[in-house]
Amino acid sequence: MTKTVPKTLSWLLAGALTVGATLAHAADTIKVGVLHSLSGTMAISETTLKDTVLMLIDEQNKKGGLLGKKLEAVVVDPASNWPLFAEKARELLQKDKVDVVFGCWTSVSRKSVLPVFEELNGILFYPVQYEGEESSRNVFYTGAAPNQQAIPAVDYLMNDLGIERWVLAGTDYVYPRTTNKILEAYLKAKGVKDVDIMINYTPFGHSDWQSIVADIKKFGSAGKKTAVVSTINGDANVPFYKELGNQGISATDIPVVAFSVGEEELSGIDTKPLVGHLAAWNYFMSVKDKANDAFIKQWHTFIKDKKRVTNDPMEAHYIGFNMWVKAVEKAKSTDPDKVIDAMVGIEYPNLTGGVAKMLPNHHLTKPVLIGEIQADGQFDVVWKTKGLVPGDAWSDYLPGSKDIIADWADPKIHCGNYNTVTKKCSGQNY
Amino acid sequence: MVSRPSFRVGLTGLALMLLTLFAPLSVQAADDEALRAVLAQLREASFSEKATLVETLVNMDHPRIAAILNALAAGNLYYQEKSNQAVISLSDEAEEVPIEAAVTGEALGTVTKRDLERIIANNRLRALIENQLASLGLSSADPQQRRAAVEAFLRSPKPEGVSRLKARLEVEPDKKIQELLTAALALVDLASPDAAVRAPAAKALGGWTQAEIRGPLLRVAAEDSDLTVREAAKAALAKTEFRLQLLGWAETLFFGLSLGSVLILAAIGLAVTFGVMGVINMAHGELMMIGAYTTWLTQQWLPVNWSLPVAVPLAFLVAALVGIAIERGVIRFLYGRPLETLLATFGISLILQQAVRSIFSPLNRSVATPDWMSGTILLGPLEVTLNRLVIVGFCIAVFTLLWLALQRTRLGLEVRAVAQNRAMARAMGVRSARVDALTFGLGSGIAGVAGVALSQLTNVGPNLGQNYIVDSFMVVVFGGVGNLWGTMVAGLSLGVANKLLEPWSGAVLAKILVLIFLILFIQKRPRGLFPQRGRAAEV
Repeated sequence: MTKTVPKTLSWLLAGALTVGATLAHAADTIKVGVLHSLSGTMAISETTLKDTVLMLIDEQNKKGGLLGKKLEAVVVDPASNWPLFAEKARELLQKDKVDVVFGCWTSVSRKSVLPVFEELNGILFYPVQYEGEESSRNVFYTGAAPNQQAIPAVDYLMNDLGIERWVLAGTDYVYPRTTNKILEAYLKAKGVKDVDIMINYTPFGHSDWQSIVADIKKFGSAGKKTAVVSTINGDANVPFYKELGNQGISATDIPVVAFSVGEEELSGIDTKPLVGHLAAWNYFMSVKDKANDAFIKQWHTFIKDKKRVTNDPMEAHYIGFNMWVKAVEKAKSTDPDKVIDAMVGIEYPNLTGGVAKMLPNHHLTKPVLIGEIQADGQFDVVWKTKGLVPGDAWSDYLPGSKDIIADWADPKIHCGNYNTVTKKCSGQNY
Repeated sequence: MVSRPSFRVGLTGLALMLLTLFAPLSVQAADDEALRAVLAQLREASFSEKATLVETLVNMDHPRIAAILNALAAGNLYYQEKSNQAVISLSDEAEEVPIEAAVTGEALGTVTKRDLERIIANNRLRALIENQLASLGLSSADPQQRRAAVEAFLRSPKPEGVSRLKARLEVEPDKKIQELLTAALALVDLASPDAAVRAPAAKALGGWTQAEIRGPLLRVAAEDSDLTVREAAKAALAKTEFRLQLLGWAETLFFGLSLGSVLILAAIGLAVTFGVMGVINMAHGELMMIGAYTTWLTQQWLPVNWSLPVAVPLAFLVAALVGIAIERGVIRFLYGRPLETLLATFGISLILQQAVRSIFSPLNRSVATPDWMSGTILLGPLEVTLNRLVIVGFCIAVFTLLWLALQRTRLGLEVRAVAQNRAMARAMGVRSARVDALTFGLGSGIAGVAGVALSQLTNVGPNLGQNYIVDSFMVVVFGGVGNLWGTMVAGLSLGVANKLLEPWSGAVLAKILVLIFLILFIQKRPRGLFPQRGRAAEV
């Protein structure tokens, strides 16, 4: 544990050096902004992503950099503070004049920086699965849209496990609320009745799950196979799973499929009581693939800790970063407008054996994997989609968004929210 | 009666191993080959093929079957390309693991996990294995295993098992298991084609609250072709629902008590520092966090089952020392200036959080729950989770000890004297500076102890303290500053109120409602439930 002190110090030093280097020769490098919280509540998830970007930059520099220049990281700490995200984004784009930014985790932080990126015409790579209903010209969404995670997971539960009763449990904020709205509409379209759907929201960091788990238990004892679809976020998951284990609900009774629980989150839990619960992602560390093995090895060497795990948002950054490199090479420039136009159509192999492609709506094609938690904190893939699923920015199951598409490649549309019925783009930029 | 999720497989597996130990050794070589063949198939099989193979395995007479099936269910069965055979991993470590050959049990040294290929089980397969292993325990000497065997039958009632259950019912000495057996047989009858069999079966199943029994009964009540059967099922269900309702109330009460005891634990240290000394200590939550991290550290050195009893005094000591350091280093310069104290301690809380982030990393630490604190226990008809029960008991113990310390010791006397009238106490020869430091240390130490309890319920991470600080202040203010009993009553009533509201209004609204109530209450009685009277109240 004490080993991490020198590491942190060395990061601080590295940060200081980069700032120093920035001032010295600004024109000789291509600057990559890293906008992830290193303190506050979200530090738990976002610090890893900062390290991932630094590793990718390091790797690219070893290969000789980009366009003959070295890459240089500019790391800032928005401290899990949403307005601060916007300020730091402005600082990165205006003061540091970075060419691209990798960052954000929560949807609210993305919404907070969005106007800044559009105003200053920057490029943001957003690596986390999210609720959709958005497509900005300046943002590339390398995480999953709802149709690349939630909908296939529900399909799996319904068709392969024969689930008839559904608990939609989530933390009370925009991602779970929107996802659950989409799922509810989807389930009803599939003929599930109102009485067979239970929706429950809890505050951030909720820690006393006794009565909710007891309710789920009761709801699940009505003679129909029941599952929990969980959009519970971050820290609240540990006490939730602990309570499930304590009340004796095993995955064979009521399976829980989670959209926000990955390898990183599990490394903070004793996973033995959770064996068999599910998660839906586009990447699992356990997937056997040459590219994945190499990535894990690289990560372990970089972070100097063999116990550290890799997860889905890390893969998203890996794909996003390499796509950006390819786009810059294709455009032969880091000029945002040229890079944004070059991005669409770029392909790069993902870590699970497929090829990710950047679509005109700034989302990726991704495989959807369903994994079961194992006692060692890893997931075993029990199901995967046949091919790759193209990300859909605007859900087909919500009344307000089913006619809307995003297309930044077609010059006739060139818009993030084009209504195919009225043939109009609503005034917003995204 | 204790039942643990992973325990079920483990115990029955052990019994099976004992049973199969008596298999003659001479036929083993031939058996080994057969087993190898099945395991080789298992590697490539789809999940439905695996299910058939598991049944084949169960029917094979080989001493390693139980170990193999347990390993498959636990995700510890692997295929090793190098030696071309199935192996069992003996540890859940993520990287290097010791392995043994699946068929012979021969130790094969330690390997890197990524060189092995896991033979994957899914939920359905795991349930099947669990049931198959459990059902073999029906004639075991251990009542717990017999119960597990009947419960396994309830989960997937098959007509083939009926004769064995009937035979067991004749000789079963345990009354509870007898009842369960009868219910299991009635459950089979419920699926009979004969309505005259179904109706009494439905009647017999009334009052059983288990999902495995209530579920089929609900179906029959709604869908059965025969009217008398439907009526019987409905009457039986009415009985079940009544029981469920009563149980529900009892359960809510227990949930409230347990939430209350967590609130009390979190607040009681604050009741000493804020209540007795009048220091607004915003770093109180971080002292709990320190206690929780101490627990984690203890678990790195000691076996999980022994770690908690050691962690409690250790956490007290560590948190108390940090508390005393805070008092001597910062707070003593700020007595009588509540605003500055508030800001200073808030700063300290941020420093402590970031320090933990730098030393232990921002990731949460995994604190394991000891065996004696996991699972559920039956209190009469009510199933209660053990960890919550232990924490309720722990809360009572901490409260009693603190109360005794304040009422019956010399330090307690001095603390109360200084709190009531500092000048007078000093005139009587009490060294008030020392008393201040010790009192703050005591309050901080208790926060550390609360951290040990919290480590069993929630995340051990840098944010642990923040989640509880508001609740702690709420409890102390509601209870009346400077009154331990007030803290107790306030914690319990807030806990119960929260849990009563929660099913009706949802967790988010319940919290808001409690907060609104508190604000209104403080308007009416600014000094809380049990205000201090006399001169101390004026200070």
